[in-house]
Amino acid sequence: MNVAAEPRLAPDALGASILLRDLSVTYPNGVTAVRDASFALDPGTICALVGVNGSGKSTIFKAIMGFVKPSAGEVRLCGLPVDAALKKNIVAYVPQSEDIDWNFPVLVEQVVMMGRYGHMNFLRMPSRADRYKVDQALERVGMNDWRKRQIGELSGGQKKRVFLARSLAQEGRIILLDEPFTGIDVKTEAAIIGLLRELRAAGHLMLVSTHNLGSVPDFCDHVVLLNRTVLAAGPTAEVFTRANLERAFGGVLRDFRLGGRHLHDDDDARSLTVLTDDERPLVFYGGKTQPREDEP
Amino acid sequence: MSALAAELWVPFTYGYMLKAMWVSALVGGVCAFLSAYLMLKGWSLMGDALGHSIVPGVAAAYLIGAPFAVGAFFAGILASLAMNFVKQKSRLREDAVIGLVFTALFALGVLMASIWPTSVNIQTIVLGNILAIADEDVVQVAIIAAVSLAIMAFLWKDLMVTFFDESHARSIGLDTTFLRIVFFTVLSACTVAALQTVGACLVIAMVVTPGATAYLLTDRFGWLVVISIALGTVTSFVGAYISYFLDGATGGVIVSLQTLLFLAAFWLAPRHGVLAARRRRRLTLGGAAP
Ligand SMILES: Nc1ncnc2c1ncn2[C@@H]1O[C@H](COP(=O)(O)OP(=O)(O)O)[C@@H](O)[C@H]1O
Ligand SMILES: [Mg+2]
Repeated sequence: MNVAAEPRLAPDALGASILLRDLSVTYPNGVTAVRDASFALDPGTICALVGVNGSGKSTIFKAIMGFVKPSAGEVRLCGLPVDAALKKNIVAYVPQSEDIDWNFPVLVEQVVMMGRYGHMNFLRMPSRADRYKVDQALERVGMNDWRKRQIGELSGGQKKRVFLARSLAQEGRIILLDEPFTGIDVKTEAAIIGLLRELRAAGHLMLVSTHNLGSVPDFCDHVVLLNRTVLAAGPTAEVFTRANLERAFGGVLRDFRLGGRHLHDDDDARSLTVLTDDERPLVFYGGKTQPREDEP
Repeated sequence: MSALAAELWVPFTYGYMLKAMWVSALVGGVCAFLSAYLMLKGWSLMGDALGHSIVPGVAAAYLIGAPFAVGAFFAGILASLAMNFVKQKSRLREDAVIGLVFTALFALGVLMASIWPTSVNIQTIVLGNILAIADEDVVQVAIIAAVSLAIMAFLWKDLMVTFFDESHARSIGLDTTFLRIVFFTVLSACTVAALQTVGACLVIAMVVTPGATAYLLTDRFGWLVVISIALGTVTSFVGAYISYFLDGATGGVIVSLQTLLFLAAFWLAPRHGVLAARRRRRLTLGGAAP
């Protein structure tokens, strides 16, 4: 079979969806990290999960991965309960950098091959198709020249790309990314965002937790604002507003507002607001976010 | 055949020596397999912990007249469960939990052996005595080692993914809780087997040193496992052989051999050895200063 000749799926054919219904998670030590969280996401979506540290972003990921059992409510992935969805290889996960032991003796290509394990028999013997898909994934993130390196030898951005390649090789319909933009350079960030857009076009559903407020309107069509519960969820234009962000971040954000004559000497009464939690700032001009020019 | 060769061949002519050599090799190999994982997870002390935790199980087994592997095995499982439980229900760090559980069980074992003096020879448990191993013990050890090897051969990649990145392991549908339980069960069983060859005190070397040595020699997990098993098997076989000429102390000889090989790798390993690092530094310095 010629793997390359596989027909591309129409976006809806993947049928990727995430549904949280009244989800509450309480840790064994009694901390309720998330209470009554509900939101629904459809195929072909990039959704940002935004909130301060400790607002429960990672907890939501853990619930979606079945690491923590909901104390109330439920999670459904593509209409299935979590365990059934994981058995079907529906979800790919790109971990936070702190969660990985970078001294582990594995090479770049072996990490990407781990993405194929769920498609192999129980002895995990790679077939030609598996090797081909690993090559493709490495090529797509531009890490082919580094494939024989031990993972600890890479830069922060390269490490992220390797794990992204693994999720490509896995071909999960749903891709979860926990803080993918922390500690990487702007160029890698742009490359990753470009890749996420391609995946969206192919019908994948991506949930991305981030502090990087500035780039959210750039590439996320949905936003879930979190603070121990869902404060707001929906299309970016409706949810990612100044008022909502202030609710989500309270006093944590730095907020610079320049208005009227400080800004320019004309009739334009709009003010310029800069919100930042010390990563890429979010800029409101007259109450609207400014998408970058490259937005399609 | 020259006199020397005849002399060196002597251990192979005794049934008990042959038995000691192949049992040691088998146990050394499977412990080395496990060492590849333990060392990477920072769980090296787990081997020590299990080795000591087993003592009350052995004392109890002697009291009620059960096979000593059975008592040891249940004590090992109890120790693993206790460690998992304390870790989940408290915010203590792993090393504190391990230290707490294993000293508690070891103390219990010493207490039991002193309150009810039995035929338990504590020295046998602590130092091992492969040269005098009984036939039914050989059967126990061989079964444990063979089953453990078979399980590890089937699950080694799944365990690697689980220990490397548990979230990913779950995302490809692996039952990581089950895999952990399997791993610790195998570890407990192999610790019991290793007790017989090297004793409770030196079990830790069997489940750490080969993996640590291999780690210095390769960046690929598959090779790490292969090298580790080879080191464990060969050192245990040769160690048992040499102990014939040194009159006993098999555990000491095996672990000394493993340590020698570790030191060799530590200095001479092609990429991660001390000398290689020094050479690299000299090259960079030489390149910088014309
Ligand atoms: N394993 C855990 N046990 C107990 N409490 C936890 C655990 N993990 C997270 N928490 C608590 O749950 C809350 C949410 O944490 P988390 O989901 O990690 O937030 P975020 O990823 O948004 O920073 C925090 O108050 C944190 O202390
Ligand atoms: Mg987090």
